[in-house]
Formats: sequence, structure tokens, C-alpha cells
Amino acid sequence: MAVRWGRARGGLNQQEAAGPEDAPGPQPSSMLEVRDLRIHFPTDDGLVKAVDGVSFALDRGRTLGIVGESGSGKSVTSLGIMGLHHGGKADIRGKIWLDGEELVSAPAARVRELRGSKMAMIFQDPLSSLHPYYTVGFQIAEAYLIHNKVGRKAAKAHAVDLLGRVGIPNPQTRVDDYPHQFSGGMRQRAMIAMALSCNPELLIADEPTTALDVTVQAQILELMADLQEEFGSAVIIITHDLGVVAELADDILVMYAGRMAEYGTSEDIFDRPGHPYAWGLLSSMPRFDRARTQRLIPIPGTPPSLINVPSGCPFHPRCPYAASLGGRCVTEVPLLRAVGPGHEAACHLPIDEQRRIWTDLVQTQLAPAASQADGEDA
Amino acid sequence: MTAPLSPPSAAQVPSADALMTVTGLTKHFPVTRGIIIRRRVGLVRSVDDVSFEVTRGETLGIVGESGCGKTTTARMLTRLIEPTAGQIIFDGRDITHLSAGAMRPLRREVQMIFQDPYSSLNPRHTVGAIVGAPFRLQKVSTERGTKRSVQELLELVGLNPEHYNRYPHEFSGGQRQRIGIARTLALRPKLIVADEPVSALDVSIQAQVINLLADLQNELGLTYVIIAHDLSVIRHICDRVAVMYLGNLVELADRTDLYARPRHPYTVALLSAVPLPEPIHRTADGRRDRRERIRLTGDVPSPLNPPPACRFHTRCWKAQEVCRTVPPPLEELAPGHHVACHFPENT
Repeated sequence: MAVRWGRARGGLNQQEAAGPEDAPGPQPSSMLEVRDLRIHFPTDDGLVKAVDGVSFALDRGRTLGIVGESGSGKSVTSLGIMGLHHGGKADIRGKIWLDGEELVSAPAARVRELRGSKMAMIFQDPLSSLHPYYTVGFQIAEAYLIHNKVGRKAAKAHAVDLLGRVGIPNPQTRVDDYPHQFSGGMRQRAMIAMALSCNPELLIADEPTTALDVTVQAQILELMADLQEEFGSAVIIITHDLGVVAELADDILVMYAGRMAEYGTSEDIFDRPGHPYAWGLLSSMPRFDRARTQRLIPIPGTPPSLINVPSGCPFHPRCPYAASLGGRCVTEVPLLRAVGPGHEAACHLPIDEQRRIWTDLVQTQLAPAASQADGEDA
Repeated sequence: MTAPLSPPSAAQVPSADALMTVTGLTKHFPVTRGIIIRRRVGLVRSVDDVSFEVTRGETLGIVGESGCGKTTTARMLTRLIEPTAGQIIFDGRDITHLSAGAMRPLRREVQMIFQDPYSSLNPRHTVGAIVGAPFRLQKVSTERGTKRSVQELLELVGLNPEHYNRYPHEFSGGQRQRIGIARTLALRPKLIVADEPVSALDVSIQAQVINLLADLQNELGLTYVIIAHDLSVIRHICDRVAVMYLGNLVELADRTDLYARPRHPYTVALLSAVPLPEPIHRTADGRRDRRERIRLTGDVPSPLNPPPACRFHTRCWKAQEVCRTVPPPLEELAPGHHVACHFPENT
């Protein structure tokens, strides 16, 4: 395959995005570009700023991983890209360009045309996302029928072909099965087949393996990697599992309380993360490929409510380094700024200090790689 | 290799420091059809002939995929469901078939932590009432009154004792799990069975609860049986690990030994399937440089009709004729390392 993998450019910094007048159009090469996306929900209790200023770009053939805890805005972002928020209930601002076409201001009918054909989504829970009344084959063929001028027979043949492609045995007979006749892993495969039915150029997978067992998860992750190599589409994978992102993503966006905390390549985030929240995630995670430590180092406190996001840096109440900056973290929202080539973090810590803390304090506390012999208590 | 079907040696002779000894534990759920005339049409073999021992002060982990019977085992240990066969000896007493009334005093000694902190706390009760319920139900009066004891418990698990009068919805998931743990600790149990205690929590909160469980064990000398599907969590908190597959115990070993030298092919596959948080690199032509991995094909078969003999043979890459005909006994291949396989790895 002679596809050249460009780098995804992310987090065009927020000052630039702040002036919409002078903001230029999308990068010509990117499949998807999101700029300063804000999705707010007015509720009786107050304004929920579920997504607050998210920007990134994604090229064909690349995979972007969005990680964050529950309530960090990762799913809301993906639903926003797909145009699946209720217009009257969500206040969406910013720009989303899909292959050069702006979606936020596009009429609903146009987004509907693109949804399922040019962009598709794989949902988390395959049991509740498949309709129990219709056969799996019908549900896969449905989008194909709507977006292409084909007959029912051709659509069904296409469904059989797709089921075979995603690794379901005997697709000719299984195509007439109902979702309850499929196991969890097979349902997720059927969901993937459905998403792929129109050869989408952008595929969003929202926690595609969370409901599955590890051995099945490994199969699905492998399948997704294979299919991407085959179709060359741009993929966004949303997950809370750092292992899953590491497996698939080229670039990673770490979200916290609806904002971008850090953006960089997979190596940037795992080998030289710049945000204290990313440090916290890496050190709070038990890992069996590393020597076993006596204690984990948790992030203190709990994720904030999105109605009452802490002032300044949303992470400051949980950040062990906020005190050293004398209140700046409490009053001033940190902007994303470059900490390395193509690597950005939204943190007030001076870059030298950030590097020093990571190498001297955080990285040393992480368990060393398990020795071949044993891997017992470090 | 063709040893007769006998209860595995692992738990035959209860050692002196065994807090709980389980022998041949089995649970079959009948599948019935018909409303007036109920006919039994099948049998879900959730747990089949499982034997192990829980030593005082240790943490035993039980891992496996969904449907392997780990939760059913946990519920039988706490006598929340009745075993079909087998024996559970707790602290020298056979509790397998104790009546509800006879079991009641023992409930102080065996407690359970549940998975979902949202559904395991009554939303209409205050935290004080929830954590104080064990005292009320067991008619235990404490030195300085129930309220004082509850507040001490809340403090012990890292919650503010002033939150005594609040309701569960005012707390986050991690805090709710702490409330559940406080309730579990109220009567100072000897054994705590925790069914997926951290799987419903966010990563950053998981670590807090894992550390709390470890601290409480050191402080109060607790014994844990922890059920989880996350192999990293199990490795972090457990001293010994039991691996279950489709109702059978396939491997039981020391933590270090199990992770360094897994012997059952299923354990090997399970460990190799876990995605590691290490970035994958692209090779020059843009392909992913993938990890070598043992790929199990297909799904776990239904426990309604499990494969004969070794239940793993349908997905095992080493399976031979003998695996389809002779059930492999759980044998001690190395000191403390029990494996039920005809062709174990790493020997």
C-alpha cells in the first residue's frame, strides 16, 4: 500500500481559533478538522459545558485516540461530529470540516446524507444499538440501500460480503439471524460491518470494546486495524482504556472536563507526557507488563461536575503542582501550547519545569519494565 | 494424564490456616419451559467442581471472562445462592447447607462488596442508615452507639463523618464504593468477598479504592476473595490467582508464578490478549508494527451445552484427541501451581 501517512495536526492553538473572522479554512489534506468546537447544554441546573474548545485535525489513514474519564466530553465530541445532537437542546459552536465541507452550519439534510456514507460510527453497546426486531442483514443493508442506487438483492449480497469481511462464519446464513442470535463479539462485528457498509472515509468508534471480554477485545482491535489498512479511512477511537488507545492510535487527545488537556503522538503521550493529568493517569494504572509496585499513586479527588467546572485550569483542585505556581492555575485558564514538535499541553508549568518533573519525579515512580526472570515487587 | 476423575488435591486436606475451604463446588441452574407444567429442558452449568482454599490474611483473586462462573462462585461463598453440590467449610464449620437462621450469625464474618456502587446502595436511605444497617440487622450494640461507630467507619474508608445524613446520590462513584466498603466492614468480618469492586470506576478513582482495600487489609487483618476481569488489577492486589473458564477452575497459582509462567493455554492467551499501554510504532511502509499475540478464535461456548472433557478444547491451539475425551484433572505441577491441562505450557 503506497499511502503516505501524514501527521495529524492537532490543537491549533486556541488564541488563533478565537477570532473566527480571520480563521482560515480547513487544511486541504485533512479528512477531518475540528476547530474550537464548543457543545453546551442548557439545563435547569445551569449550563453544562460538555465540550469547551476542542480542536484537532485528522488525515486519511490515521487514527486519533480520544481518552478521558467519564464526563470528560469525549463521547459528546464524537456525537457532535456525527451531527447527532438534538438541535434544540445543544448549543454547538465552532467548525467541523469533513473533507473540506463545513458541518456545524450545514443543513440537517446534508449532514444526514453524509452520515452513514462518508462518516460512520460504531457504538459502545452492540446489544442496545442493534434493533432487536430486524435481522442483522437488514440493518447492515439499510444504510447501503439509502445511500446507493441499488436493489434489495444487491444490498443483501453486500451485507453478506461485509459479514464475511468482519469475520463472521457462514455469512450467507447468519445474515438472516436476529441480533439475539449473535454473541457479544459477533454483534460488535456486525456493528462494524454496518458502519463500513458505505465505505466511510471517517469512522468513529466510541468505546468499541468496552462491553467485550479481553480475548474478544483483542480480536476486534485487530479487525479494526486490518480494516483501516484495507480501507484507508480516518479513524477516531474513543476510550477510557489507555491500553486500547496505545494499540490503535497514532495520535492521542487527552480530554479533561470538556477541554483539551494534551495532544500529541502516541509516543508523546506515553513516553513524555506534559500534563499533570496525563502523569496521574499513567501512574494510577496497575500494569502487569511492569514490575509490581507496592502502592498505586492515585489522582486525589474526583472529576469535576461540568456545571461547576473549577475556575482557571479545571484540573487544579486535583493537581499536586498547582500550589507551586502561586494561584495562577486558579485564576487563569491555561491555553494549549507547544511542549515539543506537534505536541501540546494546556498547563501553566514552565516547559523546563514540566520536563524536569516528568523525568525526575513522575517517571521514576512508574514501575520499571518487568525483568524477564520474574517481574516481582519493585 | 489419564488420572481418574477425583476431586483435585488442591483442597482435599484443609490446612490449619485455611479460613475457607471449598471442595467440588458446583452450581447448575435449570432451564425450564412451560407455565403450568414446568419441564426442565436444559441445565446451565455455571460452576462445575471447583475446589480451592483461602488462607487467613491472603487475597485470592478469581479471574475469567463473562460467563465463566466467577460471580456465581462468589455468591455461593457468601451463601447468597445455594450450591448444587460440593462443600464450603468456613473457619472449621461446614456452612454448605446451613439454614438462613443458622447462617445469620456467620454473616457477620463473611461480607460482600458489590460491583455497581449505584445499584447496591438504597437511594432512599441516608449514608448513616446504610452503613448502620448491619448493626441494626444483627442487633449488635456498640460501645458508643451506632452513630459513633458509623462515623468511625466513614472515617476509616476516607469519607467525611459529617456526611452521615446525606443520601447516596450526593456522592460520586468512587465515594459510593467507599460507602459500600464501610458497610461491609461494619461488623468486622473475617472474610470479604468483593465482586468486581473497581470495574465501575474511572481509572484515577480505581487506584484510590485499590489502595484503600490494601490499607484496610493491613490494618484489620482481613482476608479477601476478589473477583475481577482486569488482569492488571488482579495482579496488583492478589497473592494467589485462580483462573476460571466456563465454570471450571483451570489454573490456580501464586501471583508471581502465574504471571511469569502461566501454564494453562487459556491463561497464556488471556494474558497475551490484554492491550498494553505502550505505543505501537508504524513501520516504514505505514503498517502497524503489531505485537505477537495468541489469538483465540471464536467466543466462549455457552455454559448450557459446554464442550465435553476439557472445556477449552474448542478454542485451544494445542488440543488433541485426549482433550475431547478425558477431562484434565487439576494437578499440582509445581509447588502451589495447580493446572488442569493435558499439555501445559512453560514446563
